[in-house]
Amino acid sequence: MMMLKTTTWRKTAEAIAIPIGALLVALMLFGIFCAFCGKNPLAVYGLIYSSAFGNWRVFQGTLLRAAPLMLTALCTALPARLGLMIIGNEGALVVGGVAAVITGLVLSYGSVTPSAEQLQQVLAIPPILVQLGMALGSIVAGGLWIAAVGALRHYRAVNETISSLLMNYIAIALMNHLVGGPIKDPGETIKASSFVLPDINRLANLPTTRIHYGLLYGIIVCVIAYFLIQHTTFGFAARTAGGNIKAARIAGLPVGKLTVMICFLAGSCAGLAGMVEVAAVHGRVNESLVAGYGYTGILVAFVARYNPIACTIVSILLGGILASSGALQRNLTMPDATALVFQGLVFLVILYSDSLYGRLQIFKDPGPKAAVPPAASTTIPA
Amino acid sequence: MATEAIGWLGVPLGILAGTLRGSAPFLFVSLGECLTEKSGKINLGLEGTLLMGAMSAYAISYLGVSQWNMSPAISPWIGVLVAGLAGMGMGLIHAWLSQQPRVNDIAVGIAMIIFGSGLAFFLGKPFIQPQAPQLPSFELGKLLSSSPIVQSALQISPLFILGVLLAPAMNWFFKSTRPGLFIRAVGDSPDAALAMGVSVKKVRMLCIIAGSFLAGIGGAYLSLVYPGSWTERISSGQGLMAVALVIFARWNPIQCLWASLFFGGAQAIGPALQAVGIDKGYYLFNAAPYVLTLLIMILTCSPKKTLSGAPGALGSING
Repeated sequence: MMMLKTTTWRKTAEAIAIPIGALLVALMLFGIFCAFCGKNPLAVYGLIYSSAFGNWRVFQGTLLRAAPLMLTALCTALPARLGLMIIGNEGALVVGGVAAVITGLVLSYGSVTPSAEQLQQVLAIPPILVQLGMALGSIVAGGLWIAAVGALRHYRAVNETISSLLMNYIAIALMNHLVGGPIKDPGETIKASSFVLPDINRLANLPTTRIHYGLLYGIIVCVIAYFLIQHTTFGFAARTAGGNIKAARIAGLPVGKLTVMICFLAGSCAGLAGMVEVAAVHGRVNESLVAGYGYTGILVAFVARYNPIACTIVSILLGGILASSGALQRNLTMPDATALVFQGLVFLVILYSDSLYGRLQIFKDPGPKAAVPPAASTTIPA
Repeated sequence: MATEAIGWLGVPLGILAGTLRGSAPFLFVSLGECLTEKSGKINLGLEGTLLMGAMSAYAISYLGVSQWNMSPAISPWIGVLVAGLAGMGMGLIHAWLSQQPRVNDIAVGIAMIIFGSGLAFFLGKPFIQPQAPQLPSFELGKLLSSSPIVQSALQISPLFILGVLLAPAMNWFFKSTRPGLFIRAVGDSPDAALAMGVSVKKVRMLCIIAGSFLAGIGGAYLSLVYPGSWTERISSGQGLMAVALVIFARWNPIQCLWASLFFGGAQAIGPALQAVGIDKGYYLFNAAPYVLTLLIMILTCSPKKTLSGAPGALGSING
């Protein structure tokens, strides 16, 4: 009993120390990269800190960016528990955003392309219901988008990574097509856009802050996802199937259904991120919706090792990096791609750190049982 | 508009021209990926490699003339070479990382897409404005027609010809040479390769690096031939489509060639229709290659059996 306890303690320490160590190494590599570009790494670190976490005002900007990240991260994190690597986050976000704007406009004005008179009169539907409708629309649209990827994976064995990434491009093309024609606001001449949602039906800010309610959405959905995966039979079935698909089939688990359902949930989270962005930040759909939150979300899921609760914390960290990108551009004249380089470095180092689990001496259980390699146990006596 | 002069004929001509111009990046990346996958590893990061190649080729071509007093006839070729080297650098990272224990090569690919595009956008920022000398083309149209439209449509880049020749060469390499046999052995059955005395790690390392070299060249084509400038949207998923295309081509270099031509043509449908005045659904037509890739994957994949021609160890972690 005592031994079991030390083992779990060491496991937990390992699971916390390795990602943090990896982040530090990535930070160091990034410093070297900055030095190569002729920037003082310490100045860069300092600026990232002060413009992302330095005071409450800038930290609000970080939290604003963390909100959609938490939701898009789940789009990768949930299917990963089933052993699927889905990276269609950006596409599901865009589809969700489009669906949210369409439902929002219909519930506000009675039409996606309201006439001048319709624009004068916002329908008398309570804003909370309109927002609920928008959220529902985005959840269904994003969910179906990724559920299709899951279904293709299960029924046609189409590689889910490639298909979901292709779906990103299709989603963006679809959005460009819609805002360029069917749902275009003819009054907007600079950038093809949809009509703007009325202020009353948009997501408000939390009292005394500039943080919108989307942050609460993100945290709540992450907590729900955590309980769903860790503390329900559904989550247990999904994790079993992810661990060993053959065993799951023999045990009679409906693997196909699980795959499609998990993918639907994953897509609905990213879709909701699209609704949050549309209803709280942009108020309409146009190219600005494609801001890379989907791709950063993939990274969040990896760093958090697919744990939804950890996703919230990692989202805040990476949200800070995104938030500081503007200051890096202004104060140190570093290109906006700096944040992308940093994310790439973090990603590579985190992946390398995966190979360290169980290899570092400090985290090894000193007991004799640890010395037996797991492969030996597979030989079953005849 | 000049295209009005030939009217609706402009559509097939536009698609033909687009096929000749636009299929080379697909060809180089898919051949590179074919080589990589034959050794049993997947490199999804070729999208990032393509961008790095495009950026470094353009930068070198521009700097060669403006800074290092090179002739504009030579500097783009140096650019092509550097693009290949940049690709090799990216390949080295991928090869090393994806062969670590318990590291999934697909995940490494995603990371390399982010890292490669980030690095390319970062280093390429100063080169978005200036005009770099381009690679020359063979004016095939001049022999066939006096119409300037036909002439401008039928330009063939030497890089494209190189790619077309490379496909049968690679096929021969796999089928009839010892190193080709080793690569197939490593990809199909690493244990058997090990028994033959072949170092699985080394072969995979070399294949990934060589494949990334080709993808880098594909990137150079993007920035120095067609579309012929450096922007952050230059590849728009072409590297990724090429990866899917290898599945469609059943890991056969010759079929990679046909598939690349097909994709180049599909990509040209939207612009060709726009040129004759149909711009309704322009964005949807531009999505044609992605939809096509998806459809092809749906049609060619099957849950019942592994695909014919697929390397045996493909996709298995540390297989």
